[in-house]
Amino acid sequence: MLYGSISHWRKQLTAGQITPTELVQELARITDAKNPGINAYISYNTDAALAAAAKADLSQPLGGIPIAVKDNICMQGEPTRCASKMLHNFVSPYDATAVTKLKAAGAIPFGRANMDEFAMGSAGQNSAYGHTENPAAPGHVPGGSSSGSAAAVAGGMAIAALGSDTGGSIRQPASHCGIVGMKPTYGRISRYGLVAFASSLDQIGPLTQNVEDAALLLNALCGHDAKDSTSSTHATEDFTAKLGQSIAGVRIGLPKEYLSSGNSPQVTAAINLAVQKLTELGAEIVEVSLPHSEAVVAAYYIIACAEASSNLSRFDGIRYGYRAENTNGLDDLYSRSRAEGFGAEVKRRIILGTYVLSSGFYDAYYAKAQKVRALVAQDFANAFDKVDFILGPVAPTAAPLLHDTNMSPLQVYLADIYTIPANLAGLPGISIPTPQEGALPIGIQLLGKHFAEADLLRVASALENALS
Amino acid sequence: MDTPQIDVAYIAKLAKLDLTAEETERFSADLNRILGYVAQLGEWDTTGVEPMYHPLPVFDAVRTDTAEQSLSNEAALANAPAEEDGQFRVPKVVESAH
Repeated sequence: MLYGSISHWRKQLTAGQITPTELVQELARITDAKNPGINAYISYNTDAALAAAAKADLSQPLGGIPIAVKDNICMQGEPTRCASKMLHNFVSPYDATAVTKLKAAGAIPFGRANMDEFAMGSAGQNSAYGHTENPAAPGHVPGGSSSGSAAAVAGGMAIAALGSDTGGSIRQPASHCGIVGMKPTYGRISRYGLVAFASSLDQIGPLTQNVEDAALLLNALCGHDAKDSTSSTHATEDFTAKLGQSIAGVRIGLPKEYLSSGNSPQVTAAINLAVQKLTELGAEIVEVSLPHSEAVVAAYYIIACAEASSNLSRFDGIRYGYRAENTNGLDDLYSRSRAEGFGAEVKRRIILGTYVLSSGFYDAYYAKAQKVRALVAQDFANAFDKVDFILGPVAPTAAPLLHDTNMSPLQVYLADIYTIPANLAGLPGISIPTPQEGALPIGIQLLGKHFAEADLLRVASALENALS
Repeated sequence: MDTPQIDVAYIAKLAKLDLTAEETERFSADLNRILGYVAQLGEWDTTGVEPMYHPLPVFDAVRTDTAEQSLSNEAALANAPAEEDGQFRVPKVVESAH
């Protein structure tokens, strides 16, 4: 099994107890056995990973460590399908910067992790390549949209994985699968080579077995990239440096709006336990208010769908992607290629986005949503005047049952209420698991100030230790 | 904010999506419910608030103007559904005059 953190396997590798080739062989053996049942990977290329393993540089910080990569992050020479029929035949002509950086740190990118199509979904059920199972909660969804990344780590089919988070797509599946998931500050990690969903919200981040691994991956991934004009020039640092330090005196805000009666008793208990442990560690828990919390889902779906309708206009059946057959002229080629290539949720969001951007509705929806977004960001700025971090749920409930068709799209969207704000405001957030003996996994979320990842990881690590 | 009924057939045309009748009907119901929900944004007072189009201020981010290697013609065409003579092949765009 591949349970065991990056540092565990690094020690094994550098001590010569296992070679990178043996590690990849073990990974491939487990994946061959388990992937048909879990469907965490859409594809994986064992030969390419073995070739990389043979040349692995163990002197690098991630030397010899295979890392799973979500199917919307380009890996040169490998399919990047975004779990869509639209990109079934697409092979990446280049590496995403995040993949280039993984390789530079000695890691071995392995596998194309399943996901909700074009990252649109929160259950791992909107994939043209079949749904993903939750290895930590059989019969329940793994969450999404980074469903395969979370399931691969939780199922022992990856040591760690990359995902992307537009409205919670790293943190929520991490919560549902009982692992750690982190969305860094907007701009921390280059989006070059990440297939765009909503460009002002998208961020790449790690899904890992513990907090230290998330810090190790941030060390490899962060930094300005001239190929992404929105990537930050903020100085990077050693994100492991503060792990293990005391959190006594740290002020942690608990937004009263996040203690809603809509949370399941299990989620409420997890929050209460986290509050107790943080208090025992010397942190001060302070009630704060985020008054616009009720507005975030509405603002988010307008902004995300508007940006998606624009970004996904590139799929035209001409330069790459699916092309319908027997079409009658250019317009018919566009419209039928897109209709046949995209799945239902993608079409639904493109239509919503096109509508809110269309003449006569732009101010009422899109401009209004961006103003409300400013108010949401201001709520956080006000709260961070009083506290250093914010604690809250990741999702109102544990993972829903698979194949639950009773939920309308709107009901599904509403469950994103606690993860969306970090994307709207560009803040870093991390989901860490709570102990749930025999019950479904539940993560709790910590949010920090812009670029405060090192301190956020320090608090997350202290809480992780106290909970284990 | 009023919640106008969305004309999905018209919007699908703008979005270049050739929907089936069944999809048009289903999305109309879904989207009208979603638009009914997002209408609540109108209740928040945003007088004098500047729209926030981006989470962090980024101004004039341009890379240095130096020539770099770009994709080869072959690589750029490798994913094309149809190509001919090193170019993307598309249907006839200009209708012939009658």
